[in-house]
Amino acid sequence: MSVPPYQWSLREAAARIRRREISAVELTRTALARIQAVEPAIGAFLTCCEADALAAAESIDRRMAAGEDPGSLGGVPVAVKDNICTAGVRTTAASRMLESFVPAFDATVTAKLRHAGAVIVGKTNCDEFAMGSSTENSALGQTRNPWDSSRVPGGSSGGSGAAVAAREVYAALGTDTGGSIRLPAAFCGVVGLKPTYGRVSRFGVIAYASSLDQVGPLTRDVTDAAMVLEAIAGHDPADSTASPRPVPAYQDGLDAGVRGMRLGLPREYFVQGMHPEVDRAVRAAVGELERLGASIEEVSLPHTDYAIATYYLIATAEASSNLARYDGVRYGLRVPSANLGEMYERSRAAGFGTEVKRRIMLGTYALSAGYYDAYYLKAQQVRTLIRRDFAQAFERCDALLTPVAPTPAFRLGERIDDPLTMYLSDILTISVNLAGLPALAVPCGMDSDGLPIGLQVIGRPFDEATLLRIGYAHELASDWHRRSPLP
Amino acid sequence: MTQAAAGAPWTLEGYEAVIGLEVHAELLTRAKVFCGCSAAFGGEPNTNVCPVCLGMPGVLPVLNRRVVEFAIRAGLATNCTIAPRSRFARKNYFYPDLPKGYQISMYEAPLCTGGWLEIVVDGVPRRVGLTRIHIEEDTGKNIHDLVAGGSLVDFNRSGVPLLEIVGEPDIRSPAEAGAYLRALRSVLQYLEICDGNMEEGSFRCDANVSVRPVGSSILGTKVEIKNMNSFRHVERALAWELRRQVRTLQAGERLVQETRLWDAEREETRAMRSKEHAHDYRYFPEPDLLPLEVSQAWIEEVRASLPELPGARRRRFEGEYGLSAYDADVLTQRKDVADFFEAGVAAGAQAKEMANWVTTEILRIVREQRLDTQLVIRDWPITPAQVAALARLVDGGQITRNTAKQLLPRLIGTDDDPARIVEREGLGQVSDRGALQQAVHEVIRQAPEQVAQFRAGKERVLGFLVGQVMKATGGKANPQLVQELLRAALSPERKG
Repeated sequence: MSVPPYQWSLREAAARIRRREISAVELTRTALARIQAVEPAIGAFLTCCEADALAAAESIDRRMAAGEDPGSLGGVPVAVKDNICTAGVRTTAASRMLESFVPAFDATVTAKLRHAGAVIVGKTNCDEFAMGSSTENSALGQTRNPWDSSRVPGGSSGGSGAAVAAREVYAALGTDTGGSIRLPAAFCGVVGLKPTYGRVSRFGVIAYASSLDQVGPLTRDVTDAAMVLEAIAGHDPADSTASPRPVPAYQDGLDAGVRGMRLGLPREYFVQGMHPEVDRAVRAAVGELERLGASIEEVSLPHTDYAIATYYLIATAEASSNLARYDGVRYGLRVPSANLGEMYERSRAAGFGTEVKRRIMLGTYALSAGYYDAYYLKAQQVRTLIRRDFAQAFERCDALLTPVAPTPAFRLGERIDDPLTMYLSDILTISVNLAGLPALAVPCGMDSDGLPIGLQVIGRPFDEATLLRIGYAHELASDWHRRSPLP
Repeated sequence: MTQAAAGAPWTLEGYEAVIGLEVHAELLTRAKVFCGCSAAFGGEPNTNVCPVCLGMPGVLPVLNRRVVEFAIRAGLATNCTIAPRSRFARKNYFYPDLPKGYQISMYEAPLCTGGWLEIVVDGVPRRVGLTRIHIEEDTGKNIHDLVAGGSLVDFNRSGVPLLEIVGEPDIRSPAEAGAYLRALRSVLQYLEICDGNMEEGSFRCDANVSVRPVGSSILGTKVEIKNMNSFRHVERALAWELRRQVRTLQAGERLVQETRLWDAEREETRAMRSKEHAHDYRYFPEPDLLPLEVSQAWIEEVRASLPELPGARRRRFEGEYGLSAYDADVLTQRKDVADFFEAGVAAGAQAKEMANWVTTEILRIVREQRLDTQLVIRDWPITPAQVAALARLVDGGQITRNTAKQLLPRLIGTDDDPARIVEREGLGQVSDRGALQQAVHEVIRQAPEQVAQFRAGKERVLGFLVGQVMKATGGKANPQLVQELLRAALSPERKG
């Protein structure tokens, strides 16, 4: 074999296991070896669970030996973002608050991965409680961009993006509240899919902003994203906001092409200080899709300017309430204190990082008596307008094409002291969460420094299939997804 | 205090009372409101818990449909409008017994609004308005005195479904407050959705109290009173607080809007430290739950399943059985007691006689054996048919009321027919003149002093003499006949 196993796609790895060309244990060992080799430079993982992974792989091998189906992801090593609960494996949300928290239960997506035969090898780093765009807000470790170790991997699912790009795992789960799957996917040159709100269960996913959070895959190519989405999507009686709609077979029709599709370019997404190389790469990808038979037209999403403000009111308001449970009473960090009030104050002061505190305070303020109408309620009204913008655009278009981020990966430390600039990293991804839409990030170029650039494809609610089809067509006509930052 | 005629509004020194009550009723669903844990009361601490009701990271609530059905029942039974679309909201505050740091409740869009409840004070019915009824989750329980230097929390109660029932400030006296609570509890018990046990905390009441000059329509400064653990406490706390407010105003001082706790031992209300209730709850719609949609078909289905409610039953008892308003009210407060009464009537007892037996003897047994702690008494220690048989024996003159009362305890826990016992043991009322004459003469012989007094015109002594004869006959004598025979024996004509 000329290509080492860690360079295979998920689909290829799963197929080889099915064909018994390699056992799940062997494949898991190669992944664990790869992790050991590259982790010192990357730092994608907060926890590596070798023993559990090998035990899971052994059980897949046994199932196969008994003639049973190993599952659609059978024997394939994957990683899970550390804000997604894994029974018996510590789940920290990259926070001091939960540094030693070991959940007694699996998130629904974790259970679904296991059910599909995936081998979970570890938990990936992220911004604390998924709040950030660079993974620098992790309290427990630093993750570097595999393309340039002086750069951030993006965030908040930076560990997942880096682990996939560095070929440590075949796929990783991330969560996306304002761009947290798509931004690291773009910065790390991998595929990231943020599903429609309600497409994937949130049960067991440590909540940041409940009305925006959604779990999705980061993978090496579009087919792999389709495979993982199919494994994790669907109704969940434990999550009232999970949709009962049946899950389509996303791999079917991937290759149907884009001929006749109407694709929109939102005018508002191609201005405001965009990096020229990003603009060029995205327009080249658009041109390619046009050449493949799609018709391209300019559309307008007039309320785009309000998205960041709207997001930082709604997301922080929900976060201020969601993070109230970390009080030192039942689990997590507790700083011993003389009385209850002091225990709350000291535990939360020590347990939360700066950005988390900032967002809790913002959200608490937005919900306070006398301010609720002006901030939270107003933001909800604007959210409706943003949603309406998209609905109008989708009357004419099957999908929208935009860059994922205005720039490629920035340098570690570059924006960390300037929250407002950091918030602007999400300017092109945030509206999608406010509108609850699905969006796919695929690699579409490199800048002159050799940093990946991402194309964002935004779709109608529950129309992930169209996004995957567009991404696949683009992928067939390019080789960006085949590039690997490390040998 | 000028607590005038019973049933009249409370007034003091020209002030009247304005009272609104907020009741929290724990629902008797098997499971909790947002998870599958048992909602049963008691149990070893932290045994009825799961990641959801412990507020572990990442968990989500899933609404128990049965809770909604119970809430609709309560709403319909209290004449509320059921909203086709309502919404859960988060009430945010920190407390160790509140695992998520917020309570899931309803705020801007409650399930039931604008109802009323009929109360009866001293036979006079009147309506008290209901502002709203909404669903929320109960908290856990802090335990402070079990370990030294720390507190513990029991989360068994965390997530047990509650109805918050908010009444209009229509109540004008402590007695009306008591009547309102009894009527509300009675309705919830008829619906079999709450056991109404105030001591165990499954039926809790807070009161908003103010006073104002009689005839004024302006509301005075409102004080909230908490920690009242029985109907009696509610009435006493309200009376105490109303007096305090009037005295404060009369002293030229201003009342402060505050929360006060009733101290049942010292019999007074005391202000809570302001810090303890200075909350900004930062309500906002609960994003983890969809808006609650209730179809008209579901509402009608629930409506069709409602039992006859206490008010309707009380009126029917007055009309159909000719009972007094008081008896009808006492009989219909509990559905099982009213059922017992009607079963007795169906077994042949005369209604008024059966009502007497139930309101006195049966309710005494219910209290003594603490049967009223059960939501529905299913295993009666004595059957309606047995009581009806006793009533018929008395009514028919076969036994004296005394004999019947002595027989009653012997029937408890048996399926004996009282008529058989009477027959077997010869307990029948003695109405045989010959047999009684002997006893009458014996008593007259043994009580010359009383006989002399009677003859001297002291009519009351006759009662004593009748009692002596009854005693001598083991209570079986027909008291009317004994009296007749005594009078005859002591009459002047027969003298000598």
